Amino acid sequence: MSEFAVVWQHRSMILVGFENTLIIVAISAAGALVLGALLTIPLMSRLKPIRSLATAYVDAMRCVPFLLFVYLLYFGLPSLGLRFDNWSAGVAALILYNTAYMGELLRASWSNLPKEMIEAGHAFGFSGWRLFRRIILPPVVFSALPLIGNQLIQIVKDSAFLTIIAVAELTHEATSLQTTYFVPFASFIAAVILYWVTCVTIEGAVGFANRFAEDRR
Amino acid sequence: MRAVAETKQAAPDGTPAEQPVVLEISGLSKSFGDHAVLRDITLKVHKGETVCLLGPSGAGKSTLLRCINWLEEPDGGAVFLAGQRIGVRPHSNLRMTDRELAAIRTRIGMVFQHFALWPHMTVLQNVMEAPLHVLKRNKAEVRQEAEALLQRVGLADKVDSFPAKLSGGQKQRVGIARCLAMKPDVILFDEPTSSLDPELVGEVLAVMRDLARDGMTMVVVTHEMNFARDAASRIVFMDNGQIIETGRPEQFFAAPKTERARQFLMRYAAQGR
Repeated sequence: MSEFAVVWQHRSMILVGFENTLIIVAISAAGALVLGALLTIPLMSRLKPIRSLATAYVDAMRCVPFLLFVYLLYFGLPSLGLRFDNWSAGVAALILYNTAYMGELLRASWSNLPKEMIEAGHAFGFSGWRLFRRIILPPVVFSALPLIGNQLIQIVKDSAFLTIIAVAELTHEATSLQTTYFVPFASFIAAVILYWVTCVTIEGAVGFANRFAEDRR
Repeated sequence: MRAVAETKQAAPDGTPAEQPVVLEISGLSKSFGDHAVLRDITLKVHKGETVCLLGPSGAGKSTLLRCINWLEEPDGGAVFLAGQRIGVRPHSNLRMTDRELAAIRTRIGMVFQHFALWPHMTVLQNVMEAPLHVLKRNKAEVRQEAEALLQRVGLADKVDSFPAKLSGGQKQRVGIARCLAMKPDVILFDEPTSSLDPELVGEVLAVMRDLARDGMTMVVVTHEMNFARDAASRIVFMDNGQIIETGRPEQFFAAPKTERARQFLMRYAAQGR
């Protein structure tokens, strides 16, 4: 029986892993996007201590390898009395790590908005959360859509690291399949194809959103 | 609170006699670093007046406009809107909170040089946004008024367009309709035609003339001398951060009182504007 026939026979393993990957990516992407958007507020704050604190968080995340961060959350935090199961630790790591990247790319997009557009918000009586929510955030997101798309793809790829804490995602299941039946090439190729399909779908969705956003920039 | 309606004596500089003061600027100063941009500016604008601020680039006209609604925070002096001090709490020297400042800004319209429309909203949404989400007014009523205003500025067929699809003149007319939707006490125009192609200037000035005729109180920073001559009730000429001269347009353009204003007008005459 060829390697691919073995993988096809045990495709339910791969599909369970794929489904788990999609769930992990969906939760992490939504979490990172929402928290990243909120992080732009302190990143753009007029108050330097708040701005510095937010920038320190972004820098800290950007300078830590994701693999090490996952280790830290899953194996390190129990030493401090904080214990998570592997799913929670994995999803929390993806959200916290990618929040920093989302926050930074949205901050850059905010900095590039025409100043007068935000001033118009002030001039017409918007302030605080209402100004952010209605006047600033939508054009920031529309302008940053291509970069958000890249980051979503990065989340998909980062999710594969969660295999090291035994989260049953796609890479983990492909590895299990190959070690059980010794079909490394076919099982990894199957996983690669499914990652590719996920990323191409995200690219397509972002492209569609981009066309929607074009007139609104 | 100061009395809103101050009865004025007739003044030779074009100040209307009988109308209440809407906007009062008193001893206003502003510096950027060591550079004094505004020095001791004092000016009253009465209800229904169209005051045109003229002067060379760098005179401080736009900064004055921005200090009125506190987009720039003045260093000294005070600005009052219908008797209420802007930016500073009553009976204290404490700065208003952002929310308090936002509330008083709803009564001051502003038209920006580069339009500053919100690009993610349609024309209609741009006009409805602040009345709906700041003033919290009834949606159906706001929509009806917004459509009427867009009709008034000649953009009834563009309600569902996004700003990116409009010409500069159309964008600026949306900017004006957006101001009118707030029913402000005064509208500040910051060089509203400066970034328009020459053939689009007329359509914006026509709307502004119409507003002036209807008695809207307006403070207009402009380089359009013909508009200032025809539509202004008073000219305020500024240079080097100071008000050099004020007067009725017919007097200012025919016989300016100061040498600086004369030179300024001669330069414009030479350019055919």
